[in-house]
Amino acid sequence: MTPFTTLTAIAAPLPEANVDTDKIIPSRFLKTTQRSGLGRYAFDAMRYHPDGSERPDFVLNRAPYRAAEILIAHENFGCGSSREHAPWALLDFGIRCVIAPSFADIFHNNCFKNGILPIRLPREICDRLMQDASAGANSRLVVDLERQIVVRPDGEEIAFEVDALRRRLLLEGLDDIGQTLRHAEAIDRFEAGRPAWMQGTTL
Amino acid sequence: MPTLFDKIWDAHVVDRLEDGTAILYIDRHLIHEVTSPQAFEGLRVAGRRLRRPQATFAVVDHNVPTTDRAVPIEEPESRHQIETLERNVAEFGVPYFPLRSPEQGIVHIVGPEQGLSLPGMTIVCGDSHTSTHGALGALAFGIGTSEVEHVMATQTLLQKPALNMRVSVEGVVAPGVAAKDVMLAIIGRIGTAGGTGHVIEFAGSAIRGLDMAGRMTICNMSIEAGARAGLVAPDDITFDYVRGRPFAPKGEAFDQAVAYWRTLVSDADARFDRVVELDAADIAPLVTWGTSPEDVVAITARVPDPAEAADEAKRVQMQRMLDYMGLVPGQRLSQVPVDAVFIGSCTNGRIEDMRAAASVLKGRRVAAGVRAMVVPGSGLVKAQAEQEGLDRIFLDAGFEWREAGCSMCLGMNPDKLSPGQRCASTSNRNFEGRQGPGGRTHLLSPAMAAAAAVTGRLTDVRELIR
Ligand code: SF4
Repeated sequence: MTPFTTLTAIAAPLPEANVDTDKIIPSRFLKTTQRSGLGRYAFDAMRYHPDGSERPDFVLNRAPYRAAEILIAHENFGCGSSREHAPWALLDFGIRCVIAPSFADIFHNNCFKNGILPIRLPREICDRLMQDASAGANSRLVVDLERQIVVRPDGEEIAFEVDALRRRLLLEGLDDIGQTLRHAEAIDRFEAGRPAWMQGTTL
Repeated sequence: MPTLFDKIWDAHVVDRLEDGTAILYIDRHLIHEVTSPQAFEGLRVAGRRLRRPQATFAVVDHNVPTTDRAVPIEEPESRHQIETLERNVAEFGVPYFPLRSPEQGIVHIVGPEQGLSLPGMTIVCGDSHTSTHGALGALAFGIGTSEVEHVMATQTLLQKPALNMRVSVEGVVAPGVAAKDVMLAIIGRIGTAGGTGHVIEFAGSAIRGLDMAGRMTICNMSIEAGARAGLVAPDDITFDYVRGRPFAPKGEAFDQAVAYWRTLVSDADARFDRVVELDAADIAPLVTWGTSPEDVVAITARVPDPAEAADEAKRVQMQRMLDYMGLVPGQRLSQVPVDAVFIGSCTNGRIEDMRAAASVLKGRRVAAGVRAMVVPGSGLVKAQAEQEGLDRIFLDAGFEWREAGCSMCLGMNPDKLSPGQRCASTSNRNFEGRQGPGGRTHLLSPAMAAAAAVTGRLTDVRELIR
């Protein structure tokens, strides 16, 4: 996983609530057995006409947002299906950070596992960042995970909260599995203490 | 004073990390073809083994055709995904129901049906509707593919405890009102983000009075309320359901299990972070009008008017939804014509759902121009329905009678809506394009879906059962 430290990038405004994972990537693109290459399907229905041509009004089809690495949205971003294809598609498109007033739990979790930083900020702050983002190429946001701040183009610093463990794993680009396997003995002990009928026997 | 959630949680904490994150032991890991290939690949690349193949179980459901199983899968990508799963389960030693086995079906139907999902367990699957299994009194939740790999490698997950919410529904529902309506009413009340960060325990006499199928319908859609999981405390209805299932404990082990399962209730003085109460008598048969499950009204109501929205953002959003759905404010829901009817999915694909729909259809015909299909949740549900003669009722009425799978719930296999088509569906998501690009979905109960098939429009099922 690529570590996430500081990101200075163009932010794309997506002023919509309840952007579900079917919208981020429709189910017909889930037939792959790989993680890569999903960026071209990101936001498929919003991004393309049924004939495959681009919808010129969709934000990620416009300059400079084609190069956006930050996305700003409204409440409950990433609701619906648990598909990790959603963060994979965002990441493959180039998005490394999503800022919204709230996220659905599973999506929020999936982001961290893929080096994407989801930041929760109050709606009125998101609206201000949305305005910054609307100013296009001149308006870059800085996301500093080390200091836990977002810096607006005018220099204003906005603090955000992030879980300490997740922050560390993200900063170091660390894999959770390796981390958990350090506790293998405790897992062995726990497993040995389970009653037989709970052992998940397959007859 | 712990809640049911607290008790199951505490019984599964293996260890704690420096910041309090728990290493949570996972008893049962269910996998399917769509969200597992990248996880198996990850194990292979890292040279890791699958820690407990026997606690894992695989099915194919999302991407399988629900037509004739005797012919090979036509679509090369779908076929490849299923072959990949077969290679992976063989290599890692995971028990598996192949496509052509009689027990094949949707993972959330198969788990409880086989006794793979039991009270008190932690159960995960790379699918958000894993919340279904909470109906047994298990802590069951959906995970992403990285977590699937984490469970495969460690039989645990890194988790922070959830907040506790109790949703109580007291009283008795009116005739024609199903578990689906109760859950849509709850989602309509708390909203699709209402349960975020919480595990919801469903309680109250209306929930206790439900059979397991109804409880599963309720817990299934906990995710549509934004919750991490749903739970119903196990009771005699649960134990009777579990007894004798193929993978359930037997004999003395079953009795020991029941003795433990009886302790799995929230203490009388348990503290909930949020409590919501509904009166069952207030719930009518419901139907969604928008593109989020919270956009729900009684079938007797009219399409809401964006002009009455609380704020401008909400107004714009409502207008967009109405445009997408092809509805106008003030229109009666019961006058909205449908092109398709879908009965199935992990929400309403059980035998009880088939019976409810068949009881409305008996002696009736599907309206002209409506395409209606039933997709049983598993091969065993299908066989049971055929034994009861329900397939005849569906076929005589003009329904298609399909093989088990997810089918038109998510429009991944060839069962999809065309742009602009309107579907009365017993599934759980009415998102834009969920059942096919441009498709319009109205969520409702199996009996309501059957009623819509008969009249060719969204219909109050009470008119047909009087
Ligand atoms: S039936 Fe629908 S909701 Fe259920 S597992 Fe399949 S696709 Fe998901």
